[in-house]
Amino acid sequence: MVMNLLEVNNLVVEFPTRRGLLRALDGVSLTIAPGEILGVVGESGAGKSLTGAAIIGLLDPPGRISSGEIHLAGERIDQYSADQMRGIRGRRIGAIFQDPLASLDPLYSIGHQLIETIRTHLPLTAGQARQRAIELLEETGIPAAAERINHYPHQFSGGMRQRVVIALALAAEPQLVIADEPTTALDVSIQAQVIGLLKRICHDRGAAVMLITHDMGVIAETCDRVAVMYAGRIVEIGPVQQVIHAPAHPYTVGLMASIPDLETDLERLAQIDGAMPRLDAIPPGCAFHPRCPRVFERCRFERPELLDAGTSRAACWLHAPEVAP
Amino acid sequence: MKSATSAEIKSTGDSTSSTHPAKHLVQVEGLSKTFDLSASWLSRLLSGRQASLLHAVDNVSFTIARGTTLAIVGESGCGKSTLARLLVGLHSPTEGRVLFDGTDNAVARPLNQRIQMIFQDPYASLDPRWTVGDIVAEPLLEHGLARPGPELQHRVSALLESVGLSGSDLSRFPHQFSGGQRQRISIARALATEPDFLVCDEPTSALDVSVQAQVLNLMRDLQRDRGLTYLFISHNLAVVRYVADSVGVMYLGRLVEWAPKSRLFSRPQHPYTRMLLDAIPKLRDTGRSRTPVQGEVPDPLNPPSGCAFHPRCPLANERCERERPQLISTDTGSDLGSNRGSNSGRVACHAVQEGRIGFSGT
Repeated sequence: MVMNLLEVNNLVVEFPTRRGLLRALDGVSLTIAPGEILGVVGESGAGKSLTGAAIIGLLDPPGRISSGEIHLAGERIDQYSADQMRGIRGRRIGAIFQDPLASLDPLYSIGHQLIETIRTHLPLTAGQARQRAIELLEETGIPAAAERINHYPHQFSGGMRQRVVIALALAAEPQLVIADEPTTALDVSIQAQVIGLLKRICHDRGAAVMLITHDMGVIAETCDRVAVMYAGRIVEIGPVQQVIHAPAHPYTVGLMASIPDLETDLERLAQIDGAMPRLDAIPPGCAFHPRCPRVFERCRFERPELLDAGTSRAACWLHAPEVAP
Repeated sequence: MKSATSAEIKSTGDSTSSTHPAKHLVQVEGLSKTFDLSASWLSRLLSGRQASLLHAVDNVSFTIARGTTLAIVGESGCGKSTLARLLVGLHSPTEGRVLFDGTDNAVARPLNQRIQMIFQDPYASLDPRWTVGDIVAEPLLEHGLARPGPELQHRVSALLESVGLSGSDLSRFPHQFSGGQRQRISIARALATEPDFLVCDEPTSALDVSVQAQVLNLMRDLQRDRGLTYLFISHNLAVVRYVADSVGVMYLGRLVEWAPKSRLFSRPQHPYTRMLLDAIPKLRDTGRSRTPVQGEVPDPLNPPSGCAFHPRCPLANERCERERPQLISTDTGSDLGSNRGSNSGRVACHAVQEGRIGFSGT
């Protein structure tokens, strides 16, 4: 088996509040192999963005990693200081966020920002860095890159800005790219262009990608494997084909059935009644049990860990060996 | 003419719509909205700049049959939200008119209780300092349909229950509800005046998919139970396929294709519609790679000549650059309005009209 580029073991992130500790991530474990694209999907508040933020060391205080480990290419990084993380972020882990305008400084030309990023991480002269910035912009499909490099973020459209952000994230040839809803703010026709670009450019460089999104369509088209999150935990993780076409966890089953289908006329959408619990009111046992159509006694008291379910793994007692037929 | 009308009344005599003989509840004729974004007259004079006009909605015509849903799809900046606002009267049209149940909408303004609107962001469309009871009661009081007192309380509770909330939620505030519940409150508020027509501007775009399914199912149940007519604005074609009876596709302020749902999804005509359908990632095609259409929506202040889509269109020729295509029926090539058969669509594209474009199934 290939050594994993990223290994997250039993990650717990907590937020101290006046009413006690809120556990926002509760025992998240995942791995990403070099060159692999792992999708992380879930509804708002499930903890998918928080997982990304914890890995790149950008948790908003007072949130903190209270236990668990994060290894990048065998090196443990979760206990690094802010300074040490600054050397890793941008250099070894690139980040792409939802809103490209918020990722770019409006007061500097994009060339300035690209060259600064390149020279922070790589030993290049100003001239070499500029040349490299132009190549990056060309690679991300920005026309007339040599001229556009002097333009400011407001002079670009949304789709073009996101291309610039991708160029920035890849400027120092990172091993891992964390993309948090990179296409959510874009129109569908632009979204297809940006996803295609991200996929191609990471493949060409052999960079691994963690793609965080709520859009199952994007996951289906882009990812090798997918992790489904619910209430701060991974409830199912496996090959994308398996999870989408034969989901093992009742939550994934409900989630997939509630997505309107572009290719067939549906009489009625399946719906999961109720809503995801708030962090301060996570039910005992399996967090999904109050909404689960297949709940039984054990689910109410005992929390399931990830269990083998075909080629994927699901945190559901239905897959416990003693239940299986 | 007169006898035809009375026959129609007779045939629907036992339904509530007998008093409204018009088949189409909403009829939009040549509707345009132009925003003047020019600098002031004096600074234009001094700098020699031209006036700049934004044609947000440009000569749009369609009808919506009673009890059905028309969905309008398009990318940001295509004018779909402006269209929604024109229909409820939040903007007044620059040209054209909206006939609601046979009468000009502009005459019945400003307090038309038969038309209501649901907005995209349930966090912005509910006043955070009002209780849910006050929010839902406001349209009833505003239109003089109820007086404060126990009867009002009773009606508001019934409305909340009809959208799946509890009557005891009356005294709570919007921040105590989740996004999906807030959108239910918006729907309850919109239903308070017992409208015939609901304009829904991206009502589920801000919601998670499982909550979206709940809200879409609720809207469908309400339509069936109350005979509501919807204009449903969305950028999500999969959602449109679920809710719509007919679909209009907008590009840069113009309607480029209009068709019954079954036809639009099985045989899309306009190259832009085809591009939109192809651009959406499909759940079934895991790992599929596509060659997306290049280019972006042009600057609406400076739209391309002729067909606005021609710079991105793989089939564009010299005529497309020069001449703006009209929205005409695809079946017979006849003019708009002469063919309203159940399966006819209309499209504004020279390539389709000249037969330069191939179809599967034609």
